[in-house]
Amino acid sequence: MSDEFYLELSENPVQFENASSVNNVFFDEANKQVFAVRSGGATGVVVKGPDDKSSVAFRMDDKGEVKCIKFSLGNKILAVQRTTKSVDFINFIPDYPHLEFSHECKTKNASILGFCWTSWNEVVFVTDQGIEFYQVLPDKRTLKLLKSQSINVNWYMYCPETAVLLLSTTVQGNVLQPFAFKSATMSKMSKFEIELPAVPKPAKLSLSERDIAVATIYDQLYVMYLKHHSRATNSPGAEVVLYHLPREGTCRKTHVLKLNTTGKFALNVVDNLVVVHHQSSQSSLIYDIKLRELDGALNVHQPVLPAQSINPYKIHLTGPAAAPSQAPVPCELYSSSWSVFQPDIIISASEGYLWYLQVKLQPTLKLLRDKGKLMDFLLRRRDCKMVILSVCSQMLTEGDKGNLSVVATVFDKLNQVYKEYLDAEQAYTAAMESGPSRSSTSYKRPVRTQAVIDQSDMYTHVLSDFTEKKGVKHKFIIAVLMEYIRSLNQFQIPVQHYLYELVIKTLVQHNLFYMLHQFLQYHVLSDSKPLACLLLSLESTYPPAHQLSLDMLKRLSTANDEIVEVLLSKQQVLGALRFIRSVGAHDNISARKFLDAARQTNDTMLFYTIFRFFEQRNMRLRGNPGFNQGEHCEEHVAYFKQVFGENALMKLATA
Amino acid sequence: MLMISPRMASGMQEKQYTPSLLSFFIYNPKFGPREGEEEKKILFYHPIEIEKNEKIRNVGLCEAIVQFTRTFSPTNPAKSLHTQKNRQFFHEAEENYWMVMVVRNPMVEKPNKDGKPPTVEYQEEEIIVSNLFNGTFSRAFEAGGVELLTQKLEKFFYRYLQTLHLQSCDLLDVFGGISFFPLDKMTYLKIQSFVNRVEESLSLVKYTAFLYNDQLIWSGLEQDDMRILYKYLTTSLFPRHSEPELAGRDSPLRPEVAGNLLHYGRFLTGPANLKDPDAKFRFPRIFVNTEDSYEELHLIVYKAMTAAVCFMVNAAVDLNREFCEQLDSLVGPQLTLLASDICEQFNINRRISGPEKEPQFKFIYFNHMNLAEKSTIHMRKTASVSLTSVHPDLMKILGDINCDFARVNEDEEIIVKAMTDYWVVGKKSDQRELYVILNQKNANLIEVNEEVKRLCATQFNNIFFLD
Repeated sequence: MSDEFYLELSENPVQFENASSVNNVFFDEANKQVFAVRSGGATGVVVKGPDDKSSVAFRMDDKGEVKCIKFSLGNKILAVQRTTKSVDFINFIPDYPHLEFSHECKTKNASILGFCWTSWNEVVFVTDQGIEFYQVLPDKRTLKLLKSQSINVNWYMYCPETAVLLLSTTVQGNVLQPFAFKSATMSKMSKFEIELPAVPKPAKLSLSERDIAVATIYDQLYVMYLKHHSRATNSPGAEVVLYHLPREGTCRKTHVLKLNTTGKFALNVVDNLVVVHHQSSQSSLIYDIKLRELDGALNVHQPVLPAQSINPYKIHLTGPAAAPSQAPVPCELYSSSWSVFQPDIIISASEGYLWYLQVKLQPTLKLLRDKGKLMDFLLRRRDCKMVILSVCSQMLTEGDKGNLSVVATVFDKLNQVYKEYLDAEQAYTAAMESGPSRSSTSYKRPVRTQAVIDQSDMYTHVLSDFTEKKGVKHKFIIAVLMEYIRSLNQFQIPVQHYLYELVIKTLVQHNLFYMLHQFLQYHVLSDSKPLACLLLSLESTYPPAHQLSLDMLKRLSTANDEIVEVLLSKQQVLGALRFIRSVGAHDNISARKFLDAARQTNDTMLFYTIFRFFEQRNMRLRGNPGFNQGEHCEEHVAYFKQVFGENALMKLATA
Repeated sequence: MLMISPRMASGMQEKQYTPSLLSFFIYNPKFGPREGEEEKKILFYHPIEIEKNEKIRNVGLCEAIVQFTRTFSPTNPAKSLHTQKNRQFFHEAEENYWMVMVVRNPMVEKPNKDGKPPTVEYQEEEIIVSNLFNGTFSRAFEAGGVELLTQKLEKFFYRYLQTLHLQSCDLLDVFGGISFFPLDKMTYLKIQSFVNRVEESLSLVKYTAFLYNDQLIWSGLEQDDMRILYKYLTTSLFPRHSEPELAGRDSPLRPEVAGNLLHYGRFLTGPANLKDPDAKFRFPRIFVNTEDSYEELHLIVYKAMTAAVCFMVNAAVDLNREFCEQLDSLVGPQLTLLASDICEQFNINRRISGPEKEPQFKFIYFNHMNLAEKSTIHMRKTASVSLTSVHPDLMKILGDINCDFARVNEDEEIIVKAMTDYWVVGKKSDQRELYVILNQKNANLIEVNEEVKRLCATQFNNIFFLD
């Protein structure tokens, strides 16, 4: 059963002291740190991050209830908000005084809604009347105002990955104003309006921050709006509407995810998939915005897979209260005490756990019957390689009817990605070779993702096993291999020799020589020396392989030595000599090799002809018909004299 | 290695007798060994009108000649007998089954003129063609005795002999080769893919062959079977259907244009029109792999534009309307698309290789290994006449050179100066033969040799051709 759950909580959660009346818990999305503040900090603050390095414990004076507490990037400066008027700072830089200093917001009568760190020393205060962007000067223990903007703010949301701050403005709260921050600069992006399902009268705040999430999906920033079901519009269920927020230009509504149900939802983004948790049904749905649906101009998406709960999770009780032998207890999933953070974090404050949500790919094989769609889905996932290869192996052994067209589709999809990578790699190499001085844009070496499945992957993990498999019809094996070669050719990817070898091996195994012959005739198996040698080795079982091999060597035009060897081994000494002469290489060949071969034929006339040819060559090259010492032809000269007599030797022309 | 043998090739216009078939018969001496039962030996006799006693006499004569020559060469009895007026060929197709063919010699009203060698080879092919449609003689005999056998023979040879046009036979008929359609790798792989997919969805289909423009692209059959099937398709089946096709090009398309399923597919064997409620779903049967497994198959030939596909289905299966409709709907659209793809690709390739260069050389090429043949001498091969662009006398020289080649196993080259300013060159390298006809006045031997070398370098640079 467990292989049906495609979502799971991470194996090693971050554990912290659970929230209680004396222990307040805060989460900072930027550093992914959980703060457990005991009695306002007087009895200790424990900070737990994703790794031990980012975990800190310290003590601070209790100066009132903590509303918000966050480290700047790299744990350099701690900021604590205790009132609506000011934020307090403590240096955590070594060698700097560990003293608190406070800063009040500059706008009069404004109350601070919160603050966000945008770098190790830059911070933004968000007040109900605008934003104030400061640089913290830890040595001087003061803040310097960089920029401010006044605007009415209902609530705010910050995306640390892109350093974009989103402000909810207007009475209804549905006009969102984004700001982007980058090293001491703040830029205003174009604002946009979220379409509300119904406009209330009189106007009141209608867009809650609970229904908005910001996340990057496929390297693009999206604002996700959870649009609840409304009776007025007669829609069948709630939707998630995605607004694409580009760096430049206007924000547009681009995708609609159909939830087909109503109730309480929460959003995560994992591996570029949008995950929608539904509390009442205790299940989650996943959406891939790149998976195209057939209908409509606007991308309306249905869940990729049927709704499924997160994989049941068991908690190992630890601490002094738990006996060591105690069995782990099931954790309550979709609990009302869960808080969900972007992109992939789920926190249970009451139990003191922080999990990362993960997608398991193996279960999708069973759930997505359409192999083409499955491939599209898998190719966009992070750890997809082994899963894709197992899909390939599986589809080849299933033996469904009409399988071959599915196989073709899958191969085409794989090779498309493979080709894109090869092209990028080639462009990079070309750019590097042309010299870095010339290229104005700095080329980055293309990243080889797991989705790049090359020929050796296919060969090792799929095809070589498949061709060995018992009970698979050889017709199908050959059809599959040819389909893969076709697909590679279609994308103009040079086919590796070992694939041809596999084709030939399979054909030979089943005595399908004529088929092989036809493939070679149409150059489906591209010429290469190894292939030509392989063909030569087949000559004893299939004589025409000899001709095919020679033709191939000839076409290669770099294999003249091999051709000579082949002809000599067939005792075609004269043929070999004429060939080497026709390519103009007869001045460099070894006389001994040819004379050896001629001797072996026991044809004295042939020997005479060959011998004479080399005498003439010697004459032409050195002005003397005799052989050099280094040529080791003494034995043949002796034989020549013995058969034809001393006088038959070519004489030096006397002037 | 050069041999020059000037041969007479007369261009004089004189009264000529072209070679023609005088008689053809098949007999088995075991069927009527006793006196008075001689008639039983005869399984088939053409022409049928000949008087019975003469038939018996002729068969007896042949038997005697074969028996007589056997005393000199027990394993290799006489194969042909040449007389002043005609020439007889004896061929033992299967044990005790003899086929005899009597051909009238071509005569010019002038002595000292040779017969035409190509006919020798012709005979063997026939038997194989007959095997293709009938299975072996002994099989038929086992199945239904002499009567069935004679019936079958009559049915087949009556039709076959009509397609035999001895007067227009030439070197290409001797080779019995296959013309392959030149195609780029990608389009070829697409065809592979198409064939594999059809064979997968129509699991009844055992073998498939793909032809375009009457030239072979893919054969799932073994080479020997394909050779005969190719011969049948190109000399008999396709020519019979080419006429209606040409006529139909201008007329509106078949009625099933509706439903956007426009395709040009149709059956060349079997039902002429699937929509016809009385359509018959009978296909010709062929026999393949007669050497070992001996398979009987239905031959379905389906064509869309100039692409033709042969599907071969086990003869034990009854083919019905449902199957044909399934095949039509599956193959028709795909094949139509593929045919236009091939045509397009072919035109692209031709454009790349430059405008059709004036073929300076007239040549015939044949490779014994894959039976590939190529000719720039033949304009168009039709059922009745092969139109060649050279004088028949030159064709005869080609035949003679071929005969010379057949005698020796080694590579050789023959250059002939014909009387009419033509040079004829024959080259044999490994399993390949090339015949070139050059028309160069005053050219000498060296120039001709150079010219042929050039031809080999341009036309045959992708194969290993010793010079």
